[in-house]
Amino acid sequence: MGAMNAEELAKYKGVYVFAQQVDNKLSGISFELIGEGKRLAEKLGTDVTAVLIGSGVAGLVDELAEYGADKVIVVDDPELKDYRTEPYAHALTSVINEYKPEIMLVGATAIGRDLGPTVSARVQTGLTADCTLLEIGDFPINPIPGKEQKPNQLLMTRPAFGGNTIATIACPDNRPQMATVRPGVMQKLEPKKGAKAEVINYNPGFTPDNKYVEILEISKAVSNIKNIMDAKILVSGGRGVGSAENFKMLEELADALGGQISCSRAAVEAFGMSNELQVGQTGKTVRPNVYFAIGISGAIQHVAGMEESDLIIAINKDEDAPIFDVADYGIVGDLNKIVPLLTQGIKDATANK
Amino acid sequence: MDFTLSKKHEMAQSLFREFAENEVKPLAQEIDEQHRFPRETVEKMAKAGFLGIPVPKEYEGQGCDPLTYAMCVEELSKVCGTTGVIVSAHTSLCVDPIQTYGTPEQKAKYIPDLASGRKLGAFGLTEPGAGTDAQGQQTKAVLDGDEWVLNGSKCFITNGKEADIYIVIAVTGKIEKRGRMQKEISAFIVEKGTPGFTFGTKENKMGICASSTYELIFTDCRIPKENILGAKGKGFGIAMHTLDGGRIGIAAQALGIAEGALETTINYVKERKQFGRSIAQFQNTQFVLADLATKVEAAKLLVYKAAAKKGEYQNGAKVSYSVEAAMAKLYAAEVAMEVTTKCVQLHGGYGYIKEYDVERMMRDAKITEIYEGTSEVQRMVISANLLN
Amino acid sequence: MKIVVCVKQVPDTKGGVKFNPDGTLDRAAMLTIMNPDDKAGLEAALRIKDQNDDVEVTVITMGLPKAEEVLREAMAMGADKGILVTDRVLGGADTWATSTTLAGALRTLDYDLVITGRQAIDGDTAQVGPQIAEHLGLPVISYAQEIKVEGDSVVVKRQYDDGYHMLKAKMPCLITALAELNEARYMTPGGIFDAYDAEIQVMGRADLVDVDDSNLGLNGSPTKIAKASDKVRKGAGEKFTPDSPDEAAKIIVDALLTKHII
Repeated sequence: MGAMNAEELAKYKGVYVFAQQVDNKLSGISFELIGEGKRLAEKLGTDVTAVLIGSGVAGLVDELAEYGADKVIVVDDPELKDYRTEPYAHALTSVINEYKPEIMLVGATAIGRDLGPTVSARVQTGLTADCTLLEIGDFPINPIPGKEQKPNQLLMTRPAFGGNTIATIACPDNRPQMATVRPGVMQKLEPKKGAKAEVINYNPGFTPDNKYVEILEISKAVSNIKNIMDAKILVSGGRGVGSAENFKMLEELADALGGQISCSRAAVEAFGMSNELQVGQTGKTVRPNVYFAIGISGAIQHVAGMEESDLIIAINKDEDAPIFDVADYGIVGDLNKIVPLLTQGIKDATANK
Repeated sequence: MDFTLSKKHEMAQSLFREFAENEVKPLAQEIDEQHRFPRETVEKMAKAGFLGIPVPKEYEGQGCDPLTYAMCVEELSKVCGTTGVIVSAHTSLCVDPIQTYGTPEQKAKYIPDLASGRKLGAFGLTEPGAGTDAQGQQTKAVLDGDEWVLNGSKCFITNGKEADIYIVIAVTGKIEKRGRMQKEISAFIVEKGTPGFTFGTKENKMGICASSTYELIFTDCRIPKENILGAKGKGFGIAMHTLDGGRIGIAAQALGIAEGALETTINYVKERKQFGRSIAQFQNTQFVLADLATKVEAAKLLVYKAAAKKGEYQNGAKVSYSVEAAMAKLYAAEVAMEVTTKCVQLHGGYGYIKEYDVERMMRDAKITEIYEGTSEVQRMVISANLLN
Repeated sequence: MKIVVCVKQVPDTKGGVKFNPDGTLDRAAMLTIMNPDDKAGLEAALRIKDQNDDVEVTVITMGLPKAEEVLREAMAMGADKGILVTDRVLGGADTWATSTTLAGALRTLDYDLVITGRQAIDGDTAQVGPQIAEHLGLPVISYAQEIKVEGDSVVVKRQYDDGYHMLKAKMPCLITALAELNEARYMTPGGIFDAYDAEIQVMGRADLVDVDDSNLGLNGSPTKIAKASDKVRKGAGEKFTPDSPDEAAKIIVDALLTKHII
């Protein structure tokens, strides 16, 4: 696409975040984006605007203000009751074209990862997906002779290749600079009771066309068998756990962390654990944020299924267990004693937050 | 001479490998322990076209060459020798003779069902008193009106009770040959469910435990006259020609077992530590592995060459692949036995435990030196060609 | 009915990612595969073909000439035609330029349904599908778990974090498929032989319709890489032999706090 000239670029101001709501309840990512947006806005000397899109959502404005939004643009229309790509994309595109934000952040959720690309294509700008770190800085980062170095650019860092590579991306010649941001990474601010934001009501008008899909059914039913491949935290047990009963101890730890249990092949065979829970070459390959390997020796077949996890914590009484070769934190000790204390420790730590 | 696989063959190999890893390997230990025929795998292989690889498309086959077929048996056998032999017995011993010797009617009637895997095939030559010595045959077929009446039994039949279509070799009379009276031997197509065709005991084997090995019993079993395969009296030739092809399948099975054992062992020796070092760091391990890998590679070249030669034959070239097939089977089977035995040794005590794949592979390897012509028979075939 | 499935050839990360001695990714040593979400999309298309008469499935990919392998694989599974979009000027494209290119190629084809994978395992962006739809003015349904054709419409089970929506869209439309949509069939050996005998249509820059040069390749990509690094493969971390279970628990809790897990 053609690069915008300096004059055009200068028309875009302010940090905007998409305030995602489902059933008129704001999603956690909305507050995280406001918190991060605020941090970026301070560096740029500007403020944060939340874009709230839905039907009958005016009541959510104050909550956005309490979490730090300086302004809230509300697009409220019956067509926007439940998320659909088209009316939402139209709403957000219209806001961008009308108010010209410098930065537009969207959550990398099942909604944002659909809305973001559609909107970026429509407003003709770049989009960086699933960012885990946002900074303001120069682009190019280091000066290159004969090339303009632009200050105050949004530098968007994201993992790729299943987390094996990291890239920092800029969008220097087009506006807004758009990013989807991975949930759970950015910090929300401490809410300020009674804080108020400037509210702007804006409705670009909605005329259904072929792009408006029909919603036939909405189901919130979540399947009982959670796929361990989707879990962010896995508490995995092996032969060392000793029995199926002892897995209760692991479940309690998983519950305290909002995670799920999984197991090694040895645990499937020895204790009759469901093979749905099996991690490894003949089970599932998982890549959670945290993987606890408890009483798992770390046979290569098992390691192959979990070594890509971001953080691996192993507890094993055998100090030569190969699992320690891949663990970030390896604890040599008796899992029966450590796990209950660990669960309690986590409960205490989270209660204090 | 080109030792590089074509893109087609490379992709087919990756397909077989992926299928073997995903569908066959997870079952290998279980079906071996339970002596259970993997019907579910056969159905999946049917869907994927593995049961009609060298069969022309007009018969619902895949229209590929014998090399592709051999590669399929090889890759399956890398993870499960039983699954390899199911495909080999079906394709080489049942589909191939009908394809080669069948009338247009027989081909139309039987091959589409077999090549698509709707039906499974088997081959009955061996009898309690007659192995590769066809003159020892006792099973008789007598023409009675429009029907052949079969009486006798066949033993050690692979895919025994699980097959639907059987090629059965039987004595149909006596002929004079070089002044001596000899048995006249013919081949027949027999369908499961024919009255008088029953199964005897299931063999309890050392290896390939999940393969269904049964005795076939014929008691006044009447089959239509037109179910004779080839001309009357041509049965011995048909059986020998069929076994030439079958040997390529078994050679591929042996090759696969050897490769599978070697791969598993290479992984194992890197992991297993003794005296503070992985056993891969010991020169004994290194030299043993080097020898085994060299032999496996030599076996592979023989197997692929025999398969390629059969391909030339199928394309109409006037060549025989009998000696190549015998050499491939002889060598690959002996290599399989040596490789698996030494891989068990490298595993030490663990190699003797059923949880480890090499234990099964060593038991599976032994049969490749025995069936479809023992190693001694292969030596007879090879030497006869040298000296005649 | 005509279905076009967009597929991408990606390095296989399943068998373990390979690293150079300096800790960078050894891409050359990794096998390539058809991107899993794309494969599920192809399978969905082939199932529609199995169940209906007169369905033609075309696969299209953009990439280096080597990417024709993934088209052959798709054809060996049952796709009717393969199109390779390849040109030096298309290299270095970000998702905007990639979607522009594929849209330019799709404009030359007849289609009722376009299926892409949700995301590729190398880039993980999930952007190209919706962006193609936007360029072509098609309705888009992302994250498809089920796809059914009903008359001139598709009914799709669209996954969300907390459940699903059943959505109905009139064709032509674009769907992005999740790997869990189905279990893809295997290629057949005969399919492989046929695929290698078949002609692959090759398209270059000149064949793209309604596409401006300023939207193609590296120069046409609004996002620029400022810095890239391969994450160095982590070896063994720290090993502790605590004196008491209390101390062990504390080490782990502290680690979780430091990493903002709790």
